[in-house]
Amino acid sequence: MANKKNSVLPGFKLTLGYTVLYLGLIVLIPLACTFWKASALTWDQFWHIVTAPRVMASYRLSFGASFLAALINLFFGLLVAWVLVRYQFWGKRFVDALVDLPFALPTAVAGIALTAIYAPNGWIGHWLAPLGIKVAYTRLGVLVALTFIGLPFIVRTVQPVLEDFDREIEESAASLGANRWQTFWRVTLPMLRPALLTGFTLAFARALGEYGSVVFIAGNMPMKTEITPLLIITKLEEFDYPGATAIAVVMLVASFVLLLAINFLQWWSHRHYAPA
Amino acid sequence: MVPASTLSTPRRAAPRRVTAEPPFVRWLLIGVALLFLGLFLVVPLAAVFTEAFAKGVGYYFHSFNDPNTLAAIKLTFIAAGIAVPLNCVFGVAAAWAIAKFDFRGKTVLITLIDLPFSVSPVVSGMIYVLLFGAQGLVGPWFIEHNIQIIFAVPGIVLATIFVTFPFVARELIPLMQAQGRTEEEAAHVLGAGGWQTFWRVTLPNIKWGLIYGVILCNARAMGEFGAVSVVSGHIRGQTNTIPLHVEILYNEYNFVGAFAVASLLTFLAIVTLVLKTWVERKNTALRGAEN
Repeated sequence: MANKKNSVLPGFKLTLGYTVLYLGLIVLIPLACTFWKASALTWDQFWHIVTAPRVMASYRLSFGASFLAALINLFFGLLVAWVLVRYQFWGKRFVDALVDLPFALPTAVAGIALTAIYAPNGWIGHWLAPLGIKVAYTRLGVLVALTFIGLPFIVRTVQPVLEDFDREIEESAASLGANRWQTFWRVTLPMLRPALLTGFTLAFARALGEYGSVVFIAGNMPMKTEITPLLIITKLEEFDYPGATAIAVVMLVASFVLLLAINFLQWWSHRHYAPA
Repeated sequence: MVPASTLSTPRRAAPRRVTAEPPFVRWLLIGVALLFLGLFLVVPLAAVFTEAFAKGVGYYFHSFNDPNTLAAIKLTFIAAGIAVPLNCVFGVAAAWAIAKFDFRGKTVLITLIDLPFSVSPVVSGMIYVLLFGAQGLVGPWFIEHNIQIIFAVPGIVLATIFVTFPFVARELIPLMQAQGRTEEEAAHVLGAGGWQTFWRVTLPNIKWGLIYGVILCNARAMGEFGAVSVVSGHIRGQTNTIPLHVEILYNEYNFVGAFAVASLLTFLAIVTLVLKTWVERKNTALRGAEN
């Protein structure tokens, strides 16, 4: 309802009506339809599908590799953000722009490029092959692709916080006798914690649903290197719609939980950084 | 705040500040960061172009001389050409409603607009198969009326709209919220109509935010793979977008062809990054001038 007390501007009913209609038609009704389709299954049938050994193996890979990739990005993302904010070096602006490449590069391109590099005869793969390390067509390949995909998230959540960071706090710590490492570990890092957690969750959520970059490098062996989104596609191609729907519902619930977590973290970090 | 550098100018020869790391630590950190980015970002970029030109420049251009490639390029432009303007109009409408008025459930609405970002691309495509497919909820009705949505162009357009849904809205909502409504209210009080106010007051204010959102939206629309893959049906020359065509060439072991077509998308990504950086710089410059 238009609150005319608060705004004299026109167009409230038109814009809100259009927003809700478009949102409903494109997003909400199709998503609701998926849950409705899944409800045609009995609980036992649903449970049987989503806990089948092949599906469980795909969860372990998808959740495990996404978690590890987000962890790698947590460390390197903080490092990159730190270097970009605190230090001056030649080509910094170029590097800063390049960080967003995984957002801009289509996932299929990333997938075939990473596969070409890490294949046993690839640029990096042929150095790793004599050491007995296989990346392409193994779980390690999945990890590499998911690390690539999640790379910008932590950099881009930590960077603005670090830019606004009040250096006087670090100066106080130093003047009270803390060395550089103590200052970082006890003062700076705790201040960055909400941003790091938000970035981690964003990277994890993105990796969990990722498909394009992984399918090329993973090898897609059932029970071994098959991610959950691929399993959904396989079921759809076999016209096993109930199976695909049930697994999709599990993925959707996981996404919604993560979305709520991200919203909570963002609220928390806003409160955390709000000027006193 | 007084910049710390002004305070320390009189003691120019002073040793490094207490909040700076020793030089070797600094260079070590920069080195490790650049090595990581080089390994994960620069090497894949270089690999695309090296593989694309592996059999020479002539062969590279030969890869585009194929009706299926050209059809894929055309379809990608059609899908992005429909999805981007639609999401643009939606983004402006949503941001206007959210930023200029108070109503209950605003936070929920903002969260729902962001929803497509947290859904896996594969699931994004699948929801339309469940709705419009032959066994779908409304699919049989459309098929009876000879309207093919899944495994056809409309399905690809729908999936593209879904995955790029929030891009423009999420740029404009915080921007217009921060700008408030005083300028529009002033225009209104001075007798401007709704459209006049929008075109003359709001649009110039949100121009850069809008361009920024469109750049990101377009990059994703042209590059989407998972969602489009589910609804496409992979009919050569008909329902393949550029990324899907790359997959087909790759799976046929036509690596040079796959990387040649992929280099188009890589070029698009580079252009996107350049434009994005340019708008960001332009934007901070504008903000600086306003303050």
